[in-house]
Amino acid sequence: MHCLSCDQEIIVEVNWNTLFKPAPEPKLCPSCEAKLERIAGKQCKRCSRLTDQTVCPDCQKWEHHPTLAGALAFNQSVYTYNDFLKEIIAKWKYRGDYVLREAFADAFRDQFNITFKQIKKDAVLVPIPLSDRRLQERSFNQAEALAQVLDTPYQQALTRIHSEKQSKKTRHDRLASANPFQVKTPLNKPVILVDDIYTTGVTLRHAANVLRESGCPKVYAYTLARG
Amino acid sequence: MKSFIHSARSLITPTYEWIPTPSQPSSAPFNDDHASQFHGKLLIREEIPLDDPTFRSYLINQLFTAIPSIEKHLWGHRCRRCGTRAKRHFAPIPCARCDETHVYCRNCIEMGRVLACEPLYYWTGPSPNWSQQDHACHWDGNLTTYQQHASDQIVKSMTTPKAELLCWAVCGAGKTEMVFAGIAALLEQGKRVCLATPRADVVRELVPRFRTAFPHTSIQGLYGGSEQKDTPGQFVIATTHQLLRFAHAFDGMIIDEIDAFPFHHDPSLLFAANRAVKPTAARIYLTATPRKQHRKRVRAGKLATVFVPVRFHGHPLPVPILQLCWQLKKDLAKHQPPKAFFTWYKQRSHPDRQLLIFVPTIELAEKLTRTLQKYFASSGQTIKSVHAADHDRAEKVQQFRNKAYNVLVTTTILERGVTFPSVDVVILDAGHHVFDEAALVQIAGRAGRSPKDPTGEVVFFHDGKTEAIVKAVKSIEAMNKRGRRL
Repeated sequence: MHCLSCDQEIIVEVNWNTLFKPAPEPKLCPSCEAKLERIAGKQCKRCSRLTDQTVCPDCQKWEHHPTLAGALAFNQSVYTYNDFLKEIIAKWKYRGDYVLREAFADAFRDQFNITFKQIKKDAVLVPIPLSDRRLQERSFNQAEALAQVLDTPYQQALTRIHSEKQSKKTRHDRLASANPFQVKTPLNKPVILVDDIYTTGVTLRHAANVLRESGCPKVYAYTLARG
Repeated sequence: MKSFIHSARSLITPTYEWIPTPSQPSSAPFNDDHASQFHGKLLIREEIPLDDPTFRSYLINQLFTAIPSIEKHLWGHRCRRCGTRAKRHFAPIPCARCDETHVYCRNCIEMGRVLACEPLYYWTGPSPNWSQQDHACHWDGNLTTYQQHASDQIVKSMTTPKAELLCWAVCGAGKTEMVFAGIAALLEQGKRVCLATPRADVVRELVPRFRTAFPHTSIQGLYGGSEQKDTPGQFVIATTHQLLRFAHAFDGMIIDEIDAFPFHHDPSLLFAANRAVKPTAARIYLTATPRKQHRKRVRAGKLATVFVPVRFHGHPLPVPILQLCWQLKKDLAKHQPPKAFFTWYKQRSHPDRQLLIFVPTIELAEKLTRTLQKYFASSGQTIKSVHAADHDRAEKVQQFRNKAYNVLVTTTILERGVTFPSVDVVILDAGHHVFDEAALVQIAGRAGRSPKDPTGEVVFFHDGKTEAIVKAVKSIEAMNKRGRRL
């Protein structure tokens, strides 16, 4: 077994517990695993940012937004978007190293089952789509890949019009950008949006808005990283 | 059955039979520059900066040939770009381009992803007409007798098809000047040459030197992030990683520092280097510290060798002094240099020389620097540390070269390729496993590089001689002996 990130060989300790029933193979070596920061403890109840306040200033501002206020019930993220995760996500998404998903699949599934324990029963997952051009470029949609990890059915209910990469825009540009999403299949169930990174929250709120307009009662967001 | 045997054989040695031979000049219209831009390159579509209609017409007219990118064998896969066949390097991907799940190569993904559903493209149009100069090399310096001898041997090998030559030259022998004539000989015949080196800094340093020496040759410098990817190059100076983008391109290949990381550690670089040259090409290997497999071939008489046992200034190599310190590990755990270090430091023969201290780990480099700062502050000496994780690495090394500070603490990253005119060299914990024989010889070779100060003290502080230390000292002494004899 080799680490998915640094390709070092991982030597698994064998003890009486694992001798007959081997433990699941680790995907990352201990030193890479230690560089991932799970979000735990006090956080903003709306966006999962680590803070002592119950609602962070950014989320308070969102409450006064003319069109996007109240679009999202809340967002839950799994990891802090630190330098190491930035590197891994960049390699996964932009270099297209699909299998790196396995590095955080278990944590992504576990956190989902904790946060959405009640909600997931009658909700449907909707991964944030890529534009067709971007999908051809990357050859996979990272949000869909994440949704597949979860044991709840997902539906490609949205389409996206091609625009410049979000990651290349400033916060101001992002907030001012037009809504790129359209609803393909209207849903009348609660929706949990799945995406890789929550940065400003604009993308997720845009998606939530079009879903709500087409009859969806409540929209949540579940993301891998909180930027 | 035939395919089974073929598959089994390719498990051991990769084949390059799949590389197409360029076709006869076709009548199809194309841009002349593209022949020199794409000739000998093996690229994925994303690396070819042509718009779709142009590219498609080139493909129909067989100017480009598509080659399946990943070989499928009974024993698994092999990536044709990097040659890996390790199972963990091939992962499945549900591909949105072809709507099927297939493998991609993880090993060379940093250079752009190779998908099984997408071919590699190889230029099979007319070969470019490289210029045939009467006199390519305009360098007018003088070579020493030993350099001249090696240079003659290199010219002879370069112009002999399939020749292989190991040039075993001590650190500071002046290797660059020795290859000028060999490169010129091929360029003058209108042939294509490559000089590959494992490190990007060396490429950056060499390109301007060669541009001055070969002013009328198209020279391309390639390394990760270089901006000359699409310019033509009859003479290519590249990192060994960049060879992953070449196939049957060169008539002559010189590999510098063949024993250095990462070339020595990464089998895919050897795969790429072998593929980058034409089957008839000559190969020259330059090294100061050949590894076992090369030495074996030298001893068995299977690899022609030319020795350059003396530095260009004619002085012998400084032989390391071994200093045993019983308390070494204890001292280093407290981030202290051993007592013996201070004793030596106070009575070294040339206190005006700069001091280069090698330590085994990055952590120790940083902590030791802090301890020594206090010690040196009293005598007005300034100290800095530099290691692989350091963002200002290039800048700090340049400052040291400019004598902006006196003492540099570093790890094995500065073991080779860097020249400081007048330094003493110290290794703390020379017995550590990161200091193998090659590293120790290279580190010792940092001292006495300049003709103005051709000697320098080299001290290995250790807590028990290792095989590597003994062998390194022996090999330095052997070279000096060879130099005296000549």
